[in-house]
Amino acid sequence: MADKKWMPRWFYQLASPRWCYDITGKLLPIFAVAAVLLLVTGTVWALMFAPADYQQGNSFRIIYIHVPSAILAQSCYMMMAVAGAIGLIWKMKVADMVAKSCAPIGATIAILALATGAIWGKPTWGSWWVWDARLTSMLILLFLYFGVMALNSAIESEQTAAQATAVLALVGLVNIPIIKYSVDWWNTLHQPATFTLTEKPAMPPEMWIPLLVMVIGFYCFFAVAMMLRLRNEIVRRERRSSWVRELISG
Amino acid sequence: MTQLCPTTTYFVYNALLSAVFAKNIGRFAASVAFEVVLLSAPRLKIENLFCERDERILFDQLCFDVEAGEVVQIEGQNGSGKTTLLRILSGLSRNFEGEIYWQGEPVQECAESFRESLLYFGHQPGVKAVLTPEENLRWYASMHPTIDLSKLDYALARVGLTGYEDAPCHTLSAGQNRRVSLARLYLSSAPLWILDEPFTAIDKRGVAEKEALIEEHAAQGGTVILTTHHELAIGDRIRRINLDQLMGTS
Amino acid sequence: MSNIVTKQAEQKLQSGAVKVDGPFWGALKRDLLLSYRRKSDLVNPLIFFLMVATLFPLGVSPEPQFLADVAPGVVWVAALLATLLSMDSLFRSDFEDGTLEQLLLSPQPLFMVVLAKVLAHWMLTGLPLTLLAPLLGVMLFLPGEGMFGLVLSLLLGTPTLSLVGAIGAALTVGLRKGGVLISLLVLPLYIPVLIFGTASIQAAITGLPLGGYLALLGAMLALGLVMAPLAISAALRISVSG
Repeated sequence: MADKKWMPRWFYQLASPRWCYDITGKLLPIFAVAAVLLLVTGTVWALMFAPADYQQGNSFRIIYIHVPSAILAQSCYMMMAVAGAIGLIWKMKVADMVAKSCAPIGATIAILALATGAIWGKPTWGSWWVWDARLTSMLILLFLYFGVMALNSAIESEQTAAQATAVLALVGLVNIPIIKYSVDWWNTLHQPATFTLTEKPAMPPEMWIPLLVMVIGFYCFFAVAMMLRLRNEIVRRERRSSWVRELISG
Repeated sequence: MTQLCPTTTYFVYNALLSAVFAKNIGRFAASVAFEVVLLSAPRLKIENLFCERDERILFDQLCFDVEAGEVVQIEGQNGSGKTTLLRILSGLSRNFEGEIYWQGEPVQECAESFRESLLYFGHQPGVKAVLTPEENLRWYASMHPTIDLSKLDYALARVGLTGYEDAPCHTLSAGQNRRVSLARLYLSSAPLWILDEPFTAIDKRGVAEKEALIEEHAAQGGTVILTTHHELAIGDRIRRINLDQLMGTS
Repeated sequence: MSNIVTKQAEQKLQSGAVKVDGPFWGALKRDLLLSYRRKSDLVNPLIFFLMVATLFPLGVSPEPQFLADVAPGVVWVAALLATLLSMDSLFRSDFEDGTLEQLLLSPQPLFMVVLAKVLAHWMLTGLPLTLLAPLLGVMLFLPGEGMFGLVLSLLLGTPTLSLVGAIGAALTVGLRKGGVLISLLVLPLYIPVLIFGTASIQAAITGLPLGGYLALLGAMLALGLVMAPLAISAALRISVSG
């Protein structure tokens, strides 16, 4: 415990599930409102006002869902690994809970990215699935999420499960750049010069500003989903502590 | 106090030696001070140990010291956490809160020297079935430098395995397999023995011999922490810690 | 004369009785000895390797041109699965008989012991697979020019497979149903090795230089050698703790 002295106060406070529960309770409505506003604005803007692509027509508009979800799926894995590492090093329960809450959200969003990629692929390439580098990397990321979730549910002791998952997530984090690089390379070898969903030489501002709004909206949505899961997890694990009992009875 | 005398003289002698060789008074003083601290601190100090398993609190606020020359028997019903406690003390299990000090230092900060001083006998004897007793002990010696292999024949004779040196352990009985593991007690110079049910499947004569060995180890300034369902015939050196009572009072 | 020789041998044995191996050699020798005594464990992955490769002509097409095209991938996928199959037993038997506990309580650096165990595993699966691979190459009509790339890429790639697989083995050692889980955890991590392994064979077939691919496989091995034992050690301590 002695090695916690150098840390700032907020970091120390984060370690307390109760403090975390309170603070997320305050933040939750803010992020929820922001998420709804941004997502609605972004969607309307993207579908109604943004110009159509000169090559792909209206079908390109799916990038307003595909790209934010792809970005988010990757950040979510990173967050899971970092939270796991914090839990592993400082034995911080809340960090373990954050890591555990991240995995299913990340997996769902990765599935969303894959599904939107497939829907876009049908009119563009004429088939539901193409071994495009980005889609393949996303598929592998989804496999990594599945691995983390399977390991977490296979181990009975919560503490051991959290630690083992953290190690796996960190190993995955080291591997993601290698996987990404090798898949990109493999793709150029096997499929030279096809359409890709996102590599536009220069996207005009009318196109990328709504995209940015959607990306921020997705992050806010992620924050909401994460906090909801985290609060659930905190209450579940701390259900025998006095403050949770008061919370439930009161 | 009388037990401390040989160790005290040893340390003083050691300190004098280092003073002579270093020809440095400051270092001499420091080394004396260091060794005085070592002497005044208990061998093993357990502070505020908390452990829960499967949502059941096994022990809370558990504190006790173990001195050199002591035999501590951990008692309790089945499921009271005897094995868990021994696994925590040995460093195998990390699912606990609280502090453990080895000779005044937190055990995680002197992990290597602690492991060097430890001989652990667990539920599984740690014997490879396809290897012979001798090969098993040789492997153990390569992992634990405190093992003196020149006494190998003597140790195997003492545990009644002369003539079985070349038999693979799967041809031996359960009791004999445990004897292979117990032979380490005759080979090791580690001061701290942690023994989890060492007498299971051992015949009466074997038990008596091991009891004598444990008593001898303690008389030489060693420390033994063990669990057993046998009534130990070890004089006044033994101290009993009952986990049921501890939980009852707290 | 012979009497003297045996006496000398005996003396040698007796002096050897006091000699203690270091942690690395101790662990390596023990694991090699263990599998020497239990030879079936040694042969099973090899038979599996052969069987998987046999499935492709039967399941898809025995036509030489087709097989030659897919041979690099088939051999690599088969090697990957065979390694995975043998992975589960790496720490499991040690865990079950309690020797893993003794290993973790050793004051010796766990890094070295773990590295020795993985090396032993590679010598018993990866190396035989590499040596057997040309036979599969012939069965799958792999062009002669590709053989060199096949053997070299497997030689550099299979140690990485053992290292990464050992992380999965260490994470699942305490679980009863570790076998299926291990593939789920480890297979995605094997993908880069698979990509560059097959690429180097294809480069060798088409006569392109394969130094670059082999260098990448070597880089992955170097990274694995440094990082994997850390992850394996941490995973073992966590698994045994739980």
